[in-house]
Amino acid sequence: MREINIEEIIPVVRQLCMDANCYIGDDVKAKLREFYAKEESPTAKEVLQIIMDNNELAAKVKMPICQDTGVAVVFVEIGQEIHIVGGDFVEAINEGVRRGYKDGYLRKSMVDDPIIDRKNTTDNTPAMIYTNIVPGDKLEITIAPKGGGSENMSEVKMMKAADGIEGVMDFVVDRVSRSGGNPCPPIIVGIGLGGNFEQSALLAKKSLLRQLDDTNPNPKWAKVEEELLERINKLGIGPQGLGGRTTAIGVKILSKPCHIASMPVAVNIQCHVARHKSAII
Amino acid sequence: MPDTIHLQTPLKDEDLLKLKTGDKIYISGTVYTARDAAHKRLVELLEQGKELPFDVVGSVIYYVGPAPAPPGKPIGSAGPTTSYRMDSYAPALMDAGLKGMIGKGPRDKSVIDSMVKNKAVYFAAIGGAAVVIADSIKEAKVIAYEDLGPEAIREMKVENFPCIVANDTNGNDIYKQGVAKYKQV
Repeated sequence: MREINIEEIIPVVRQLCMDANCYIGDDVKAKLREFYAKEESPTAKEVLQIIMDNNELAAKVKMPICQDTGVAVVFVEIGQEIHIVGGDFVEAINEGVRRGYKDGYLRKSMVDDPIIDRKNTTDNTPAMIYTNIVPGDKLEITIAPKGGGSENMSEVKMMKAADGIEGVMDFVVDRVSRSGGNPCPPIIVGIGLGGNFEQSALLAKKSLLRQLDDTNPNPKWAKVEEELLERINKLGIGPQGLGGRTTAIGVKILSKPCHIASMPVAVNIQCHVARHKSAII
Repeated sequence: MPDTIHLQTPLKDEDLLKLKTGDKIYISGTVYTARDAAHKRLVELLEQGKELPFDVVGSVIYYVGPAPAPPGKPIGSAGPTTSYRMDSYAPALMDAGLKGMIGKGPRDKSVIDSMVKNKAVYFAAIGGAAVVIADSIKEAKVIAYEDLGPEAIREMKVENFPCIVANDTNGNDIYKQGVAKYKQV
């Protein structure tokens, strides 16, 4: 059994927090360029140009692309042949987040009590940590900082089987329509279909980790993604909600089996600062 | 896209009356930062007839909670936050003399009506363009409510802060008109 000390985990998490917030993926950059070329609205083109300039400048000066450096969402794939030693694994992730957000001059955006006190925890912890046990002896850590503006426009709906795929698509388009400029379009729409109430939301979140230029391996869902992207970009919302053709630059679906009585659908909206970075230990 | 219009603070009626929804603007001068928690305190002061921590007449408030300043910089990344959370407070501040608001996302009808009444303008900054915007901020210092951390009120000196007129003094709304123009359904 391979041993991994938590002292190896902390610096990796620290670095991922800083890198994810300062360097946008090449897939996002390529999509922005592609939609810039197709955009018809002069205002929208101007906005997209500033967004692209900002991505370059952030990387150059190593400052976070957006001041909302988000909740630290952490996915960990733990090989079942690993033994984690040296301390508390969850605390190690949080310590990495604490150091990354301090050393990277990232904004601390977590409050301790969600309703009454809402006092800032001052170190951006706790992280939202999801672990998955997989075969092998590696540890893969993904950090996906998630801003509040786009998260606030997300929704889970327990639909009926009778609503069908048309009902699901109408719900997704309506969710984007009601969001308008608030989630910082151009957005990426993450959709979780099936599972149960909480699994659907997690699927939607995980769908946002897919490469933006990939094609859904299931042709049925690939077609739905394509149709939804087209319908969403006919809404006219445009970059920042100021009007235009570029409302979304991607729609991503993940699905799972579900109960005979249920049809859970989750929509997790992601702003154009679609950040995630991974490392394998 | 029309030519860029340069505005200097404090904002004056004659400058604002000329602005139209969609105009590209560079703002220079002094801008104050405030988000939800600071707005709540400012409006409480107004209700109590007390003085605000800055001169609100002709002023501009930017809805932002910046990232910490790295060494050698006056401020960290500083893009706009979503404005609707300030909608319930904005009319009282405009009645007191506030002339410009910078944020992102649409405003409530009560805010748009107050802009018409008070000859004030709402500017959209680009959400997520936080480093480009920080680059236009030359100085920043906390002048009130330090206990609020990123939400404290800062006085900032800006040069060519980039934004777009979202609501002008005639009640036009880019979030409705801009979208209607490109809607195909």
